[in-house]
Amino acid sequence: MLKIRNIHVAYGDLRALVDVSLEVGEGELVALVGANGAGKSTTLKTVSGILRPSAGAIEFAGEDITRLQPHRIAALGIAHVPEGRRLFPEMTVLENLEMGALRPEARKKRKQSLEWVFSLFPVLRERERQPAGTLSGGQQQMLAIGRGLMSLPRLLMLDEPSLGLAPVLVKHVFEIVREINRQGITVLLVEQNVMQVLRFCHRGYVLENGRIVLGGRGTELLNDAHVKESYLGI
Amino acid sequence: MALLGQTVICGLLLGGMYALIAIGMTLIMGVMKIINLAHGSLVMVGMYVTYVCYRAWGLDPYLGMLVAMPVLFLLGCVIQHFLINRLLEVESVLPENQVLLTVGISLVLTEVIRFIFKSDYRSIATPYTGEALLVGGMSISIAMAVGFVIAMVFTYLLHLFLTRTDLGRAIRATAQDREAAQYMGVDARRVTVITFGLGSALAAAGGSLLLPLFYLWPDIGHLFTAKAFIITILGGMGSTTGALLGGLTLGVAESLGATYIGMGYKDVVGLVIFLLVLLFLPHGLRSLVRR
Repeated sequence: MLKIRNIHVAYGDLRALVDVSLEVGEGELVALVGANGAGKSTTLKTVSGILRPSAGAIEFAGEDITRLQPHRIAALGIAHVPEGRRLFPEMTVLENLEMGALRPEARKKRKQSLEWVFSLFPVLRERERQPAGTLSGGQQQMLAIGRGLMSLPRLLMLDEPSLGLAPVLVKHVFEIVREINRQGITVLLVEQNVMQVLRFCHRGYVLENGRIVLGGRGTELLNDAHVKESYLGI
Repeated sequence: MALLGQTVICGLLLGGMYALIAIGMTLIMGVMKIINLAHGSLVMVGMYVTYVCYRAWGLDPYLGMLVAMPVLFLLGCVIQHFLINRLLEVESVLPENQVLLTVGISLVLTEVIRFIFKSDYRSIATPYTGEALLVGGMSISIAMAVGFVIAMVFTYLLHLFLTRTDLGRAIRATAQDREAAQYMGVDARRVTVITFGLGSALAAAGGSLLLPLFYLWPDIGHLFTAKAFIITILGGMGSTTGALLGGLTLGVAESLGATYIGMGYKDVVGLVIFLLVLLFLPHGLRSLVRR
């Protein structure tokens, strides 16, 4: 469904991604793991069109999206739940969710999607009229994911949904991510929580200093000597 | 007592019209994160459009306003699309330099209008110019009262637009987090163009409402830029409600200054308040509510 082929991305003179290639198949839950500054968020921003690769190509559902404007990419059904949630703080929970459903296909089904999101995150229904900025960290993350789901995405990209959450909440968020994937949505999950994520993803990629150093089934990666040493401390 | 009442009411009425102009500036500031120093010049151009409608076809300024608003909407869109957004494509230009560009735009607009209309002071005389309502010993200018009511209606309509429509919400979303809005599928560039157009149309509306009350000449724009800027700071940059409160505050302050200190000092009062707000309430009137 998503094919990233040999992309290079730089911030000025600083090379952020070097020859990165990865693939996400329809219905898969793929994890992209790595340390801080490895280039995980850069990869997602490039897919979303916020950053432009200097070389390489990105293909989504058979269409070349490398040079498309960000809003056109979103309209194709790629939802990006950014790092740090990036909610609209002065808008209510409901308004934030409705902002998620701008593309025409999603707009028509706003009511149903809202019910679906509320069934996944009941707490959001209780806070419907509250400004998003007044929610707790966990609730904000749920709202951010819910807002992404409102666009009825074909591909959901999550950038560190566990960041800054208590361990109990992290577990809950990951369960929701698996549930979303079970309902048929393709997920590309970026995480630093390597151990937990590799356990439940279908496949994973390891990003180091802007390069993909490993790729394979989640369980295979967990048993890899390099992963064990660098990320799991075993 | 009647004098005080009249002074305060006049201030509120005038302030409501100032607020409409400032809300346009606030909207632009919210989305583009720049202070539009051409805003007053857009008010001035809007006033000239209404003035021409009056001279050429005898159109009442309240109807001329309906011509000036779409004209200024287009002018605003053109400025944003062909000048300000172009600047963003050049990486070596700092985003802050957009402000310098708006100064240039303001000079060009002022001088083009001077070229066409000369520097003469102009005014219009409608049947209701000089007419006043007498309420309990206070005389309230009809043009001020009507202008205020229309300004409030526009403010309310804008509020509905920003909260009830997808486009209005996209404008607010872009102001709060541009990148996140793009992830939602908002065409941020289009939003900036529409926002500048909308802000310019509001400037034209405010200017047209003030036309029966003010002399018109090309340099009047700078006066309105200063007023809108003061109100925007008073209101705590980027807040529409804040701009409304700021506008009313400035109107009353000017009115009190004109009555009790002297006509020539009315702008001084506004500027002193501006300094005090910067010193003690750097986030504007909003910080009083938040605390």
